[in-house]
Amino acid sequence: MTQDDAPGPDPSRPGPEPLLSVRDLSMTFPGGRGRSARPVRAVDRVGFDVARGETLGLVGESGCGKSTTGRMIVRLLEPTGGSVSYDGRDISHLSQRELRPLRREIQMVFQDPHSSLNPRQTVARIISDPLLVQGSTATDARRRATELIELVGLIPEHIDRYPHEFSGGQAQRIGIARALATSPRLIVADEPVSALDVSVQAQIVNLMDRLQRELSLAHLFIAHDLSVVKRVCDRVAVMYLGRIVEIGPKERVYTAPAHPYTRSLLSAVPLPDPVGERARERITLLGDPPSPASPPPGCTFHPRCPKTQRICRTEAPELRAPAPGEARQVACHFPEAV
Amino acid sequence: MAVEPLLSVRDLTVTFPTGDGPVRAVDSLSFRVERGRTLGIVGESGSGKSVTSMAVMGLLTGAEVSGSITLEGRELVGLTERELNRLRGRKMAMIFQDPLSSLHPYYTVGEQIAEHHRVHFGSRRAAARARAVEMLAEVGIPEPRRRAGEYPHQFSGGMRQRVVIAMALACEPDLLIADEPTTALDVTVQAQILELIARIQQERSLAVVLITHDLGVVARVAHDVLVMYGGRVAEQASVEAVFAAPAHPYTRGLLDSLPRLDDPDDAPLRAIPGNPPSLLAPAPGCAFAPRCPRAALAGAEALERCERIRPRPAAVAGHTVACHLPLGPTAAPYTPPREATP
Repeated sequence: MTQDDAPGPDPSRPGPEPLLSVRDLSMTFPGGRGRSARPVRAVDRVGFDVARGETLGLVGESGCGKSTTGRMIVRLLEPTGGSVSYDGRDISHLSQRELRPLRREIQMVFQDPHSSLNPRQTVARIISDPLLVQGSTATDARRRATELIELVGLIPEHIDRYPHEFSGGQAQRIGIARALATSPRLIVADEPVSALDVSVQAQIVNLMDRLQRELSLAHLFIAHDLSVVKRVCDRVAVMYLGRIVEIGPKERVYTAPAHPYTRSLLSAVPLPDPVGERARERITLLGDPPSPASPPPGCTFHPRCPKTQRICRTEAPELRAPAPGEARQVACHFPEAV
Repeated sequence: MAVEPLLSVRDLTVTFPTGDGPVRAVDSLSFRVERGRTLGIVGESGSGKSVTSMAVMGLLTGAEVSGSITLEGRELVGLTERELNRLRGRKMAMIFQDPLSSLHPYYTVGEQIAEHHRVHFGSRRAAARARAVEMLAEVGIPEPRRRAGEYPHQFSGGMRQRVVIAMALACEPDLLIADEPTTALDVTVQAQILELIARIQQERSLAVVLITHDLGVVARVAHDVLVMYGGRVAEQASVEAVFAAPAHPYTRGLLDSLPRLDDPDDAPLRAIPGNPPSLLAPAPGCAFAPRCPRAALAGAEALERCERIRPRPAAVAGHTVACHLPLGPTAAPYTPPREATP
């Protein structure tokens, strides 16, 4: 598929120029050795915008390409196709050296707080390192680290401790403080609360919510937990097998999902309410998500879709608004009339 | 209540010796499960829920287990490995979070299911194999005859968990323990597996112990709920009672802190402050006292009691609750959720 004209703006996010703009982003991993070796198309022409100070939720099941998308945006991976523009500038193929000034602007928060913190460094060192790399003096960096520790709700006296002395929730606070050290404008958070205990998850969700408002950060919040994403995001994009199947304002996607996959995903989430839970109508999908190494032809969701017709088996649906004037886009031949 | 429970656990205490001193992972825990019922054990990491299930199965080596565990009236604590081997698989079976770790990569799934039958019933190879195919069909694996000849790596995550369930049920046990059976699965696959467990439980009138951290999973499949905190029971009641009017402030806090699909998003989540307790230095009183909003508001005298004296489980309005300041059924107004979407 060749496209000479640059793809237009993301219609699900009308408004001024976005902070982050992703177009036709693709990642194909070469297949490994062995007889079943086949290149894997982990992300397939994904596009969206994130405005300044906005949170976009990226949801989907394992293997749908959401983490790979996040990693391409922070340029831990170089995309094999498409572009990532930050503040109007294409950063998808910059060299590590050219990326360095941008590292200040775009930061990442990881899933497992303990494995993303160096066990042999003190908290002070962990938080000041990004600042030292960016040229701060040691005294300034330490002062800033102390401020950040307080900002994320830890005790400044603990700044000379090591990561193992902290619980999971506290360690994630340190990870967040480190991400904030260089005063970024965009945070890519990849499953930031899914490794935490339920009673601690809420603390971290509230913290990220508060920091986002106070520092007017833009967030790309990647998660599989739809309830958490609903809480934090303004808009949401649902991915299935490397593609966005539905994207739009949170209220629309959650209350009136148009893609059959979004509908079944929402209905599969168990509610903590035994009476409502047993009475609820559920759309149970058949089978498992297919492997991205051998995606089904046509719409990749068709083997599991309750509404499959002949066209679904042959033709991949484009992402488009299901009705004129709708700020949401759906990639389905037969979207739910909502 | 005249029915003899299938599984009865009384004053179960499990202590692990560690380099930093003994750790009491489970402390004076009691519960019972009847045939045809599902008990959901809920707790966070370190609450002792998995250790409890391992103790029932007799899988804890190197730990000190005291108290009593009876299955159909027979005491399990203190049995030899040989005696336990005759019960495991035959009378009680367990499935784990990661199905791959319960499957041998070098044998076909059919051989692995058949092996159980041969060991426990001395069946012939062909009969055991036929039984394996039957079991695969029962847990909803398409083309069971062909799939029985395949290896675990040829199955997807959800299908593997079905294989493990087939294996666990091959010798028709009375008790099934499922330790986080859907935690490693995607949400759409989780829904399928939970449905399967519920169906098989009804058809076979199994007693099921379901261990999970997910209150939504408990709400969907459990009849009774046991909430654990810091190795001890916090609260136990029917699933309706626990969700409609939790009596323990920890249960209340857990329910309040959950982001829910059916809630508006404008107010911040009501998080429980602080962190789960360390088992190395257990509090003399209630393990939840340092995080408890009720204890904090109850005044110095009451707070001291919570911190000093360990609450014993007691009956409060249909719940068994270990708390000095339990919430009454009226003290906890519960707004029923609005119509779920979609």
